[in-house]
Amino acid sequence: MLEFRKEYFKDERDDRLNEVGQPRQRQDMLGHVTGRTRYFDDHAFEGLLHLKVLRSPHPHARLRSIDTAAAERAPGVKRVIRAADVPVNKNTLLSLINFGKDDEPLLAADKVRYKGEPILAIVAESEAAAYDALTKVRVEYDPLPAVFDVEEALKSGAPVVNETYPTNAFEYHEKYNHQKLRFGDVERAFAQADFIVEERYQMSPIEHAPTETNGSIAAPETNDRFVVHTCTQALFFSLGTAAKLLDVPSNRLHFLGGTVGGGFGGKVDSLTEPLSILGAMLTGRPVRYVLNREEEMLYGCPRGAERHYVKDGVMRDGRIIARKVTSYFDAGAYTRLSSYGAVKCIAHIPGPYTIPNVHAECYCVYTNRTPATAMRGFGITGVDFSLEVQMDKLAHKVGMDPMEFRILNAYRDGDMKAHRREAHNCALIECVQVAAEKASWPIRDEYRRMNSMTGGGGERAVIPPTATDEGGRIGAGRPATSTPPRPPPPTVAPPPRAPVPAAAQPRAPQPATTQARPAVPPPPAPPPPVAPAKPAATPQHGATRFSSVFGTRRR
Amino acid sequence: MAKTPVQFRLNGSDKAVFVDGGENLLNVLRRGVGDMSAKYGCGQGTCGVCTVLVDGEPQLACLTLAETCAGRSVDTALGLSDGPNLHPLQTAFMEHFAAQCGFCTSGMLMAAKALLDRNASPTREEVAEAISGNICRCTGYEPIINAIMDAAAKRGGGSNREQGHARV
Ligand code: FES
Ligand code: FES
Repeated sequence: MLEFRKEYFKDERDDRLNEVGQPRQRQDMLGHVTGRTRYFDDHAFEGLLHLKVLRSPHPHARLRSIDTAAAERAPGVKRVIRAADVPVNKNTLLSLINFGKDDEPLLAADKVRYKGEPILAIVAESEAAAYDALTKVRVEYDPLPAVFDVEEALKSGAPVVNETYPTNAFEYHEKYNHQKLRFGDVERAFAQADFIVEERYQMSPIEHAPTETNGSIAAPETNDRFVVHTCTQALFFSLGTAAKLLDVPSNRLHFLGGTVGGGFGGKVDSLTEPLSILGAMLTGRPVRYVLNREEEMLYGCPRGAERHYVKDGVMRDGRIIARKVTSYFDAGAYTRLSSYGAVKCIAHIPGPYTIPNVHAECYCVYTNRTPATAMRGFGITGVDFSLEVQMDKLAHKVGMDPMEFRILNAYRDGDMKAHRREAHNCALIECVQVAAEKASWPIRDEYRRMNSMTGGGGERAVIPPTATDEGGRIGAGRPATSTPPRPPPPTVAPPPRAPVPAAAQPRAPQPATTQARPAVPPPPAPPPPVAPAKPAATPQHGATRFSSVFGTRRR
Repeated sequence: MAKTPVQFRLNGSDKAVFVDGGENLLNVLRRGVGDMSAKYGCGQGTCGVCTVLVDGEPQLACLTLAETCAGRSVDTALGLSDGPNLHPLQTAFMEHFAAQCGFCTSGMLMAAKALLDRNASPTREEVAEAISGNICRCTGYEPIINAIMDAAAKRGGGSNREQGHARV
């Protein structure tokens, strides 16, 4: 059962709440156990037609010709839908929030960019008739060189996957090919570190494999509207996407859903709704488009592959003084939501640890693989896996217990994060302590007594000098002209990091136990590249913060 | 294509339908007679969301030829409760939070019912074995196994086995 530890979250929850924290029955449970819950496919329609798509057998090819004459004459076929039938055959999912350029057709028009990309659709009296007719379509392809590796894709001369982004990288703010984070000076800190640990982490794509495959049924309704039963996890998002691709006002589409047979992020891409609706528009009959299991597993959008290079500088006493991360998100052939995943990734680095020097770059890269999408914490899960495995390796390197090592480096209230936001309501130390306790994992008393509420702030709240140019921008090789001189001793130590037990720990900076500290006051904060130096004084909320991340208009 | 008439009992009621040659039971239940409780998850016998009972035996409806059900009894999750009175398995699934999206639940319930009907007090291993052909992607199997064990206990395996529910 849920357990709230009021000593840590005393301001966070109103004790008068009588629902939060209480076990409550799901409102849909009775329907589930009686077999009466209605999923999208549990709606009967007289005259229902079935839609199936022809998928590319090539990962990258130009479409030379498509001959559908025999398919159109096949028994039971009502309609063949080609790219030219799609009113607005180019979209990007996040265009609904003005993020990114339209880069993906509903049906491939000139070339295919991944194996399994839909080329045309056949609407027929039965699924079997639709499958039969698909075998009668003749397509001539000119195969093109394909690229499947994110770093290969970024090299000059690599095949251009998606002409909307000719460098094979998503463009942030329409000019940057990656997300960037700079805090302090990692190279300088690496030179001072007792140990350097550098590793490469690779995640594979993961299919959500919901028990219910993606699908939808669209049917003509009265008043020139179309009713759409769908498995989507994002009902209005799918409605907006369909309205845009089909060039109809959204009030002509009546979406019904919210009952999802397992989604996990794999049902936000509106994979089927636009074609079901288009089929219903073109035939005047109800049309059902459901992915079969093979399609779901092979061509339903997966969690994207990620590659992370992590280089850390760590001191003998266990303090991490520098972390450098280079990350690549494999978007597959189209953006979908990967551009946003990369934003989440960079926002998560360096993990929940106070590290005085951080340097990170994250690329959202196009390859000739199945377009990736959301999945349970996407953007975070992969980099977190990498960082936490790295934490174990670092602990091993310095001969520390991995739990104690995390406690030592954890954020504490008042610490400055690499994103120039002050950490508050920190609870990692307490979480690790409880985890250790529950696992009967011995940690030393000293570490059992530490807590997130003491030992933070002071010098740990300082924003270190960070190289920027005149415009306040950060970038490799740019002169650090506006950076104040760094503290004089070349062997400058990072802020004191070895916390002492709570009882003895004042908020003021503590002398480091093992190293001399510079006898200079903390340097003045340099012009911050993106955020105010004292964010607490100028809180940003909602659309403002959103737009600053995405580079979109303020609304 | 020529259609074949097929008569069978569905949850205790007589049904008569015309089926296509090679048509599977899942399609006949869902599109033919409108019982939507059995689901399509794979159509190839790997996920178990289409599990129904044919003459009391758990069968994958997606791999069962409809014609072979002529004259037989088919039971689905829709027939599990006795009017408003839930079957002990249904109550136990609710109490143990043994469903999230619910898409696997009908199949799980039918696989579990087949087990309890032939073995009133199964071991944990026997429960796990009985649902080993049913995939759940949301809930995890522990709550489901707990629910089935609890339902067996509440129905009173052993001397009390006939009590608790009228039509088991
Ligand atoms: S649909 Fe029958 S086993 Fe998956
Ligand atoms: S509850 Fe979703 S698959 Fe079991």
